[in-house]
Amino acid sequence: MNILTNPSRLRGFEKHIKIENVSRRSILKTLGLAGGFVLAAPVMIRPSFAYETGAGKMPHGVVVDPRVFVSIAPDGIVTIIAHRSEMGTGVRTSLPLIVAEELEADWSRVRVQQAHGDEVKFGNQDTDGSRSTRHYLIPMRQIGASARTMLEQAAAKRWGVPAGEVKAVNHEVVHSASGRKLGFGELAADAAKESVPSVEGLKLKNPKDFRYLGKGEIGIVDLHDITTGAAHYGGDVRLPGMKYAVIARPPVTGGKLVSFDPADTLKVSGVEKVMEVKGWPWPSKFQPLGGVAVIARNTGAAIKGCNALKVTWDDGANAKYDSVAYRAELEAAARKPGLIVRKEGDVEAALKSADRVIVGEYYLPHFAHASMEPPVAVANVKGDKAEVWAPVQSPGGTREDVAKTLGIPEENVTVNVTLLGGGFGRKSKCDFALEAALLSKELGVPVKVQWTREDDVRHDFLHTVSVERIEAGLDKSGKVIAWRHRSVAPSIASTFAAGTVHQAPFELGMGLIDNPFEIANLQCENPEAAAHTRIGWFRSVSNIPRAFAVQSMVAEIAQATNRDPKDMLLELIGSPRIVNLSSVKDPWNYGEPYDSYPIDTARLRKVVELVADKGGWGRSVPKGHGLGIAVHRSFVSYIATIVEVAVDDKGKLTVPRVDTAIDCGTYVNPERIQSQIEGAAIMGLSLAKHGEVTFKDGKVQQGNFDDYPVIRIDESPAVTNVYIVPPASPDTPPSGVGEPGVPPFAPALINAIFAATGKRIRAMPIGKQLEA
Amino acid sequence: MVKLKINGQEQNWDGDPDLPLLWFIRDEIGLTGTKFGCGQALCGSCTVIIDKQAVRACITSVSDAAGREVTTIEGLHPTGDHPVQKAWRQVNVPQCGYCQAGQIMQAAALLTDNPKPSHDQIREAMSGNICRCGCYQRIENAVHLASTGV
Ligand code: FES
Ligand code: FES
Repeated sequence: MNILTNPSRLRGFEKHIKIENVSRRSILKTLGLAGGFVLAAPVMIRPSFAYETGAGKMPHGVVVDPRVFVSIAPDGIVTIIAHRSEMGTGVRTSLPLIVAEELEADWSRVRVQQAHGDEVKFGNQDTDGSRSTRHYLIPMRQIGASARTMLEQAAAKRWGVPAGEVKAVNHEVVHSASGRKLGFGELAADAAKESVPSVEGLKLKNPKDFRYLGKGEIGIVDLHDITTGAAHYGGDVRLPGMKYAVIARPPVTGGKLVSFDPADTLKVSGVEKVMEVKGWPWPSKFQPLGGVAVIARNTGAAIKGCNALKVTWDDGANAKYDSVAYRAELEAAARKPGLIVRKEGDVEAALKSADRVIVGEYYLPHFAHASMEPPVAVANVKGDKAEVWAPVQSPGGTREDVAKTLGIPEENVTVNVTLLGGGFGRKSKCDFALEAALLSKELGVPVKVQWTREDDVRHDFLHTVSVERIEAGLDKSGKVIAWRHRSVAPSIASTFAAGTVHQAPFELGMGLIDNPFEIANLQCENPEAAAHTRIGWFRSVSNIPRAFAVQSMVAEIAQATNRDPKDMLLELIGSPRIVNLSSVKDPWNYGEPYDSYPIDTARLRKVVELVADKGGWGRSVPKGHGLGIAVHRSFVSYIATIVEVAVDDKGKLTVPRVDTAIDCGTYVNPERIQSQIEGAAIMGLSLAKHGEVTFKDGKVQQGNFDDYPVIRIDESPAVTNVYIVPPASPDTPPSGVGEPGVPPFAPALINAIFAATGKRIRAMPIGKQLEA
Repeated sequence: MVKLKINGQEQNWDGDPDLPLLWFIRDEIGLTGTKFGCGQALCGSCTVIIDKQAVRACITSVSDAAGREVTTIEGLHPTGDHPVQKAWRQVNVPQCGYCQAGQIMQAAALLTDNPKPSHDQIREAMSGNICRCGCYQRIENAVHLASTGV
């Protein structure tokens, strides 16, 4: 099944949408920002710079237009639009900061305004795939430089001097020959009348003159509000007359409502109504699962009422989903040949002729995102107009889906993006906002839908479940001459297309077909696996099982051949080179052109060497401690991690130290990169140690943080050190940060546990395995 | 009718006395700084201070708080400059920020009780507060900073 044939909007799938200049231009002519002076400029779609990115191929591409993103008020306050969603990466600060840098704006006189969902106006808004800085560094610089140039032109005209003699510096334009100065506010009206320099002719700042970029000295714009409780998340929206809804959903994915008895619910104080919510047939894409909604005057009453409901469900086709049986199915599939997705040399023959073959089979279960803020949304539908407030990673997609679900034109839908209390991929799917829209339409009043934690864990778009099986053939000298990697896992594509049994190119491209090792006979296979629940993107996606398998296998080979794991790793990576992926039909490469973003093993080696150096690889550690190392390229960044573990005689695992080196090309805010990597270590530790969602009789067996534990402060690493590789040049393309920290953590941890205890963990989570 | 004080203001409630304080604070009073994360006293997002003690508002009923003084994040300090809040900003603790009100209230209660907590005491006292973004290293540093003077 070709996922690209699916007509629905598939977030993160490369749709290769053509950029359509004409219609966008004509629409943009009518646009203007309220409350400030708007700089007028024609629209430039394609940024031109030293490298290309995949930004233009995202739905609705890129808009480079200062009118859309920048306004300057007469008092000099500069307002910059943040069109991506803030879920903790710092992007709501970083992207406007890039504009401010080029604009020569003084950050203390900049205000950030969150864009509503409108991709025709703002370009693609899907905040996922670790793409924001990667796709927007140059467009944001160009937007800032355009606006700056126009201010300079306006000042030059006012003074009657050549534009070349004036210069914008820190919120004013100065003519140093005469000592004259004009503030941005004084120039805004004139600047708006200026024509806009072509993108090609724009003079971008010399990076050595940067005041903000690359420095990490600017705190996030929401910092103060977060510490005082004033920051607004999805659930913090309050509208007059708003009702509160909690929904009972079918416990088995694809199940349906048969009947319900609301009598006990209606007795609960504060409950006002019980009603059916429409559900969509499996596979339901991002549409609601359906069920029964309890409408109340506050959330507490709605939860209590929901718990009192008596509902009969028809469990449907997935009623037999059982994690124990399913794991056995995946293992059986992994032991048989599957669809070949990369083939170099002759693996079959090389494995036969090998002196020895080492086999590793690695299991990774489902896990739930469990972002701290469970899904929540407010909708106000009046006639053929709808307004939604929601913590969504996909404001544009949410707008489309709300319009489609309600059967109203997209222009009649406003999607306001609140702060996200964590996203991790869950909030790329807007089912919760659609539920709110459906209920508000029916009730004729604003409705807030609040998911409980149990709803969140039981009705998530879960991380897939997988078996990765690797066979490595070694010659007499211990050199790896054959590598066969079979990956079996239900695909995210199954959430969109019934009958999907193979993984999509974007999943195969996450650590399987993009294997960087220099091995003559290398083959990747994808045996079939059908899905029985909703599968979705989870921070770093298929890279988690792949890095776990590949990087564990490296250490297993090192052990078998008596080598140092780091040396083994470097030997397998091989010579510094650009990996040739010509044998792969669709290398995906995170949607990026391979010329700009090749697999460069010199960079991969470098992060290994850097972390080994800084993290003290080989240092002596106390008894019961061990060091493990792993490296992985994902989201076109290169990351290596060393974990030190301590395992006591009762099997209690602690992590005294983590060291991570990241090469993410040109970067904007090293302080936020550091916080993302610190957080990735915690998330990696959570999923390795505890994370597991299991099914029995089609139902999720966990529900809250008691049976789906995540790492708490008392189990967290004592210290995580982060080393950022400086970009080779200012033209080094930026790459991902939000996700790539996760994949290498778990294998580094597992390898460290082996070093400490001699126990090799091949199935996650670790759980009680060390206690045996 | 239940009477209680929230951030110094008298509040009355004549609805379900078992209503969790969290929802009274958020939905009925409209103070949204206190967050919902689990509803089962497992995550600490809803932490408020009642009579100097950090409590989980999601399992405390309105009637449990009758006649008592409740402080939420909005009432911790009039200008948001409680030493814990200042330390939080200095260390750039938050990522998404959602758990942070609860973390700050927990840390403020800890420092009232124990002005100079050790490394282990900080980890122990803060272990009921989950941060899914994983800001723990900075939370620990910020509590330490707040305890030593910002
Ligand atoms: S919401 Fe109260 S502890 Fe989690
Ligand atoms: S900052 Fe996101 S949950 Fe703590």
